[in-house]
Amino acid sequence: MSDNIITNILVCGIGGQGVMTAAEILAQTAIAKGCDVKKSEVAGMAQRGGVVTSHVRFGKKVWSPVITPGTADILVGFEVAEGSRWADMLRPGGIAMVNTIRLTPPVVSVGLFKYPDDPVAQMRAAGVTVYDFDAGAIARDLGDLRLINTIMLGAIADYLPFPAADLEEQIVGRFRARKPAMVEVNQKAFALGRDAARQSQQALAVNG
Amino acid sequence: MSAAVQAQAATRLLLSGNEAIARGVWEAGCKVAAAYPGTPSTEILENIAQYPDLYAEWSVNEKVSMEVAIGASMSGARSFCAMKHVGMNVASDAFMTLTLAGVVGGLVVAVADDVGLSSSQNEQDSRFWGRFAHVPVLEPADSQEAYEMVKQAFDLSEEFNTPVILRLTTRICHVKALVTVGERDDRAISGFKIDAKRWVLTPANAKVALPRQIAREDALRQAAEKSALNLIDPGSDRRVGFVTSGPAFMHVRDSFPDAPVLKLGFTYPLPVETIKAFRAQVDVLVVAEETEPLMENELKAAGLADIHGKDILPRLGELTPNVLLPVIAKLLGEAPPPPAAYAKIDPFPRPPTMCPACPHMGVYYTLSRLRKRVQISGDIGCYTLGAGHPWNALDTTISMGASMGIALGMDKARSEDTKDKAVVSVIGDSTFLHMGMQGLLNIVYNRGNVTTLLLDNRSTGMTGGQNHAGTGKGLHGEDAPRIDFAKLCEALGVKPERIKKVDPYKLPTLFKAIKDEIEVKEPSVIITDRPCVLSEFYDGFKPYAVVDKDCNGCSNCLNVGCPAITVSRTGIRQRPGMPDVELKFTTIDTAMCTGCHMCVDSCGPKAIVPLHALTEAAQ
Repeated sequence: MSDNIITNILVCGIGGQGVMTAAEILAQTAIAKGCDVKKSEVAGMAQRGGVVTSHVRFGKKVWSPVITPGTADILVGFEVAEGSRWADMLRPGGIAMVNTIRLTPPVVSVGLFKYPDDPVAQMRAAGVTVYDFDAGAIARDLGDLRLINTIMLGAIADYLPFPAADLEEQIVGRFRARKPAMVEVNQKAFALGRDAARQSQQALAVNG
Repeated sequence: MSAAVQAQAATRLLLSGNEAIARGVWEAGCKVAAAYPGTPSTEILENIAQYPDLYAEWSVNEKVSMEVAIGASMSGARSFCAMKHVGMNVASDAFMTLTLAGVVGGLVVAVADDVGLSSSQNEQDSRFWGRFAHVPVLEPADSQEAYEMVKQAFDLSEEFNTPVILRLTTRICHVKALVTVGERDDRAISGFKIDAKRWVLTPANAKVALPRQIAREDALRQAAEKSALNLIDPGSDRRVGFVTSGPAFMHVRDSFPDAPVLKLGFTYPLPVETIKAFRAQVDVLVVAEETEPLMENELKAAGLADIHGKDILPRLGELTPNVLLPVIAKLLGEAPPPPAAYAKIDPFPRPPTMCPACPHMGVYYTLSRLRKRVQISGDIGCYTLGAGHPWNALDTTISMGASMGIALGMDKARSEDTKDKAVVSVIGDSTFLHMGMQGLLNIVYNRGNVTTLLLDNRSTGMTGGQNHAGTGKGLHGEDAPRIDFAKLCEALGVKPERIKKVDPYKLPTLFKAIKDEIEVKEPSVIITDRPCVLSEFYDGFKPYAVVDKDCNGCSNCLNVGCPAITVSRTGIRQRPGMPDVELKFTTIDTAMCTGCHMCVDSCGPKAIVPLHALTEAAQ
């Protein structure tokens, strides 16, 4: 069984951010590479503004649909505090790819709870390797906030056990079929996500 | 549309358990399928509805869906119904006698347990129904098995003249995995044959059926012992072996790749002899089942005393690897698995909220203003969120439709402290039609003093906006007869002058209506009539904004509970001889606001104005 290496990716965010779509694209990419896949989604009452996570597991043969805490290879955080909430799911040496957007829930806004000043710093203080950048700013520059999904997938593309081009093709292929006009901008978004992740990684290497 | 619907045979697809079951139901030649929505089972019927050549419906409740399936089975059609675990409680009256009468066309009941309690009021183990009703229980462990087992369940149903329970959990329904699909096996409907001795369950006829039911259970036990759904994976490390079923099997296999495992798919009647033989092959046997010790207790009763189960494993929640690994390490005298590498960070809770412009907010805002004068009996739906911040205006939730029965009980059991309080019940449209309306009839009949708030948002909102008998649309989105709630309440005996229809966006009107009705000492109903903002019936309005210089920081608008209203800054108001008051100045996220206007009525200084007025003034 030792040759059955499983890749565990935990995608997290808030209802409506595209967490499920990102997880679906990762799962389909793994299938295209001949992997067995399981994708777990317990959204619960998440469509009412709650926390959303999706577990994506792929490899030769996947049994449990659930990522065991401490074994995730990659954490994709669509929102920065949500990224910090699930950081302990990572294995030693795993990476957290985090969009720095701060989405404040009503319980924080009215003062019942405090939004942490710097969730990324908290994660780093805990020893987690975090690559962070403002995916929303990139999406705004490209003129469509919905591109955050493609940007975040581009950001993790160099940390997957298959070539980035395979993931890109999975995203672009969807648009080629349905909205050809969106192909080019998604390619751009994917590339900019990759760049942003690389830059964050380099900055971290320089600054420690 | 689900990719599974048009997939050719032998295609391999990534499907949720619910999508896979729908495909299996269709392939099995099922002709009639019915359900009431309930997490995590809802998408089964939504997917079945996309297939051709079978009739599918939203029934008003699970019992009716069961009865529709029974009628179709009696008529020789393969039939199916799906429900969440608590739905089976509702359906069980019909089910417990169906099991005596048996089937003509195969009848499969899919019951989805919310193991881990992500979206329910309790955690039940539906495998009990197999024992209670003397019917077989099949338990798939992933999407492929769910797809295959639902087809096998139809065959088993016809072979043994019994309904079959397909027991699911959230980790089947809402996990996607690869499924290879097949062809449809189309079957003709044989038609209903009159046979009163069989279908009219008088005591005399039922007495004849009872011994047959016992004999059937014995035959099923033999079938379970031989079933290919119960498989031994011998493994290489015999120190501990597992008997397991459903998703727990996947967690066991993942955690202990070399352990011997007896994986049960046909779990009731329990194949005790097969398990005894397996017991002899391992040093220690652990029964890993979600959630109750059903197999374990039965095995112990059958003489397998030296086995482990719920003595070491939890009796609630999922048996995921992080639960199993430390328990089994301890059992084997090994070191526990290392703790996670990184400390847990717990930022703040992010509880579900109501949507901007949700009409329920107006009701709870108003109830929160009357809080000291009312006891509020609640029900099941999005509006259960009224129990939380900022409204704290819902006092009970037990089961579907319970709000009015409970309200009457409260009305009839008053203390010195509560004798002057009004009793209010709050229920949604779909829940009212499901099991609620009998409660209202009971209030009328027994001269109760309860004000019922019927929140008609034209949607089964909590499960994702399904249609029902009050929306005017059917399962396929087609036009359907639409119940008139006011007439229905009048027919149930509420006086016409005690039935009021109110726009919940008009807070002063709503406040007056509730205040007036709770003062009247007889049954009354207030129907709110704004649609769910996520439904096709909702049309948004233009957004509002806060004029910052006019906002006095009173924070009254925050009590509406709209997630589009947030605090922009805080301050303290100091007045001589008065305690300090914390001020919260607010702003409206205009991208979220759809202009429902509720916060405008809550604002004393009139600081909330249409956004366009604000921008025009600035120009």
